[in-house]
Amino acid sequence: MIAAETRVPDDAPAPAQANAVEVRHLSRRFGSKLALDDVSLSVPAGTVLGLVGENGAGKTTLIRHVLGLLKAEAGSVDVFGLDPALDPVPVLSRIGYLSEEPDLPGWMRVHELLRYVAAFYPTWDADYAERLRRDFALDATAKVKHLSKGQRARAGLLAALAYRPDLLLLDEPSSGLDPIVRRDILGAIVRTIADQGRTVLFSSHLLSEVERMSDRIAMIKSGRVVFCGTLDGIRARHCRITLRLDESRGRPPALPSALSWEGRGREWTAVCAASADDARIEASRAAAQVVEEWTPDLDEIFIAHAGGKRPEGAAT
Amino acid sequence: MHIHLSNSDGVPIYLQIVNQVRYLITSGRLSEGEELPPIRVLAEQLLVNPNTVARAYRELEVAGLVEKRRTAGTYVSGAGSRLARRERLRILAERVDALLAEARQMDVNLEQVVDLVRQRDSVMDRAAAAPSPGTRDAKGLVP
Repeated sequence: MIAAETRVPDDAPAPAQANAVEVRHLSRRFGSKLALDDVSLSVPAGTVLGLVGENGAGKTTLIRHVLGLLKAEAGSVDVFGLDPALDPVPVLSRIGYLSEEPDLPGWMRVHELLRYVAAFYPTWDADYAERLRRDFALDATAKVKHLSKGQRARAGLLAALAYRPDLLLLDEPSSGLDPIVRRDILGAIVRTIADQGRTVLFSSHLLSEVERMSDRIAMIKSGRVVFCGTLDGIRARHCRITLRLDESRGRPPALPSALSWEGRGREWTAVCAASADDARIEASRAAAQVVEEWTPDLDEIFIAHAGGKRPEGAAT
Repeated sequence: MHIHLSNSDGVPIYLQIVNQVRYLITSGRLSEGEELPPIRVLAEQLLVNPNTVARAYRELEVAGLVEKRRTAGTYVSGAGSRLARRERLRILAERVDALLAEARQMDVNLEQVVDLVRQRDSVMDRAAAAPSPGTRDAKGLVP
């Protein structure tokens, strides 16, 4: 919970106590590239938000704002009721962060690294750190630069977990790692969330991982949120529909909510950003007969959004 | 209690857990009074969000298959095993629904489906009565 004396800029809206992270209308430009475009997202305390999107979609830029490494140009970022760019110390002391390439001082030995990190965090739990070190089979005397990629990821994970942060922030943590290291990382997410009240925000391109770990899933495309919600909710707002036409056509019929098409001639299949009911109405307007419809899974929805045109006004 | 999650069949994870625990109870592999693993333990074992396991357990509780006891812990309820027969019929009903839907799509009417079911049943009887799988003549199986 947020301390009464926290410094909040005067013009900031009252922090939502229930959300560990609250991003409102965040935009960010790098040169001519709009990296984040009016992003609004929240992560309720005690839940896991999985962030998906293609490389370069803006996931890392968003996470760097949550860490306070980037300051909001437009919009606001709220972590535990504070702006992480203005108040980095109290915010960062509550965040455990692991990136794809953990930035660890290579010349240190593992036990030195742990002592070094511990000094920053009053809540560092030395017993827990030692238990993790053994579980991860990390050699205390090994130099960080001599660790394998997997062991380096485990060292980074240990350093992010041992002070029991209230928010675990993982940016593509399992990228390029073998399944055993990935298990350790996912296990850490499970244990973090099993501790009441802790929150996880992680990005991954492995949709099956995201599906298993997340309470809510957000997809970012070209800096915009294309969907955000529970998996059930996201699936209910999409449908896959197969249409049959009176005559063969070279192009699919005009369905406003269609994200992607496949098919030819008289039979066309679309993944639509609409409920099945709405898609059926669109189909009847296009004089097409619906011969099959079903609820797409996350993979199909992701691919339809990633490959398809940007749906107008689909940002939710 | 072994649960296998599949990423590919589109069934939500909590429902996969519900269905498999349901199956373990109705098939008698989990019996009355047996304790289900704690939420945290199953979540770590399956590597899924503990909230998902909690949701599955809640659904099983609402269905009367398991019950929470005062000192935490989730147990297979007595009602759970009594429900077993009804559950078996329910599982079969789902299969029948799928069969009927397909029959309709193929323009095969109910009479013909029922005939086919009887016919296959007698084939199965004959197969069961046949000497041993090794010596059975494949032609004998053709209805």
